[in-house]
Amino acid sequence: MRVLRLALWRLAASLPTLVLILVGMFLLLQLAPGDTVDALMAQMGGGDAAIAEELRRFYGLDLGIAARLGQYLLRLVTLDLGFSAIYGKPVATVILERLPATILLMVSALSFAFSFGMVLGVLAARRVNRWPDTLISTLGLIFYATPSFWFGLMAIVLFSVHLQWLPAGGFSDITRDLTGIAAMLDIARHLVLPTLTLGLIFLAIYLRIMRASMLEVLSLDFVRTARAKGLTETRVVARHVLRNAMLPMITLIGLQAGTMLGGSVVVESVFALPGLGRLAYESVVQRDLNTLLGIVFVSALLVIAINFLVDILYARLDPRISAEN
Amino acid sequence: MRTLRAYLRSPAAMIGSAILLAVVFMALTAGWFFPADPLGLAGRPLQWPGANPRFPLGTDPSGRDIAAQIFHGARISLLIGFVATSIAVLIGIAMGAVAGFYGGFVDTALMRVTEAFQTLPNFLLLLVLVAVFGSTIETVTIAIGLVSWPPVARLTRAEFLTLRTREFVQACRVQGLGDMHLILREVLPNALPPVIVYASVVMAVSILLESALAFLQLSDPNVPSWGNLIGLGRNVLRAEWYVSAIPGVAILLTILGVSLVGQGLNDALNPRLASGR
Repeated sequence: MRVLRLALWRLAASLPTLVLILVGMFLLLQLAPGDTVDALMAQMGGGDAAIAEELRRFYGLDLGIAARLGQYLLRLVTLDLGFSAIYGKPVATVILERLPATILLMVSALSFAFSFGMVLGVLAARRVNRWPDTLISTLGLIFYATPSFWFGLMAIVLFSVHLQWLPAGGFSDITRDLTGIAAMLDIARHLVLPTLTLGLIFLAIYLRIMRASMLEVLSLDFVRTARAKGLTETRVVARHVLRNAMLPMITLIGLQAGTMLGGSVVVESVFALPGLGRLAYESVVQRDLNTLLGIVFVSALLVIAINFLVDILYARLDPRISAEN
Repeated sequence: MRTLRAYLRSPAAMIGSAILLAVVFMALTAGWFFPADPLGLAGRPLQWPGANPRFPLGTDPSGRDIAAQIFHGARISLLIGFVATSIAVLIGIAMGAVAGFYGGFVDTALMRVTEAFQTLPNFLLLLVLVAVFGSTIETVTIAIGLVSWPPVARLTRAEFLTLRTREFVQACRVQGLGDMHLILREVLPNALPPVIVYASVVMAVSILLESALAFLQLSDPNVPSWGNLIGLGRNVLRAEWYVSAIPGVAILLTILGVSLVGQGLNDALNPRLASGR
């Protein structure tokens, strides 16, 4: 209960941050050259000023900045994100359609990076300064330096074009009408390369942190006590060291949630995935500012939600945190 | 001196410095080896590397020399790396120093702003900035600096929080020295080493951010950026994959060089925390 109260307190503390982001973004987008109506008129192939004027009135763009900001924030409380003139649908609908692909991609990339990063970090720490450690640390450095979009393209060349093992893009095979398990397997096959591409840099970061954190914890007194009790090395690591060494990794998930969402913009456009990231890219290109603002809002919510979960997880792993309160 | 010797002893630092020097060499000699406009037509498009001795790295889909674009691209990447990092470090130090030194309300307010920047995915903010202010090389560089400062601010603040109560600072305060003197001359020099090490991370991220932006064709199309070339090569990826592959290797090596130098600096400046214990 205490854990939950603490996490909820942190959640409430992030509300002012959210308002700050929204106001800042709204004002920033006012500086953008051209508005939705301009983009719409360009798409229609031009039109006279009277129509533009009428459209502006329809979308409420003829009011002052302060009035529109107030209206926008009021509507947000009811989760109304406005209307996307480009897609001809409410922004909330457009975003909800794209959200599942991004969340699925993030969860799978995070699981991949976290689990492999942990295993490699532990392996490196247990063979510190010997060849497995050197190999793993070098790999980590190289993964860290690899631009994700380039890795994605090269993976497409190797696995999709030459070996033809995996699809080069898309979220599912639209030529076949699959249901149930077959459809899930199909989506999983499409997500293998994007997951590796997005997860690679985080794998590098996690394995580095895990290695350092393992070395730190292994030098503490309670580990010596555990060894002195006559426990095997595997048991010492599994039961005593791992739980403590994982704390910095958990912190990192929260800190990097935003970076990962940003990374999905690039990865989704490499693999033509219908996700939030590609929607962000498309709305920049099409000057669909309403949608862009909506994406910023939803992304901030996502990052805050992830941090909320991380707080709970952290307090679970380290009882001292909830006891301190 | 001791720091320099420690730096020179670290193999990571040596390899990193060698790679970075090679990139700097490419940037400096680009105009000498490839005097012609790297974005101008050079020959028949899509010649494989080695197929024509005039183009050791081949030509891209528009018939431009890839080797020339790699050499001139080194300038762009280094320039963006240095300028964007300087902007991020300056903003970060200013925010962190003021927040950490004064504490209280100022600290809370500045940290809220930092938090807002960290909650927002930085690439998304970068997209918005480019959408609003356009994508010339100057605006892209400034925008990258503007989205990269929050970790620097947090780091500087943490250092200031521990340093401001130390005796030597209090001694200066008793002597009646002003706040500006205390911040700039007494606390900041002691807070700098970790910030300098972290600057290498900021530089690596800046170069990656620019190349990702250029890959999406949202950066300046009129400069020979490595990311631009990867984006162009995407259209011919199935057969002529070398167009994308070559600039990617250039980015990878540059980032590797920057990270290794950062690691070497870290080992030299914080010997207690040396990475290879």
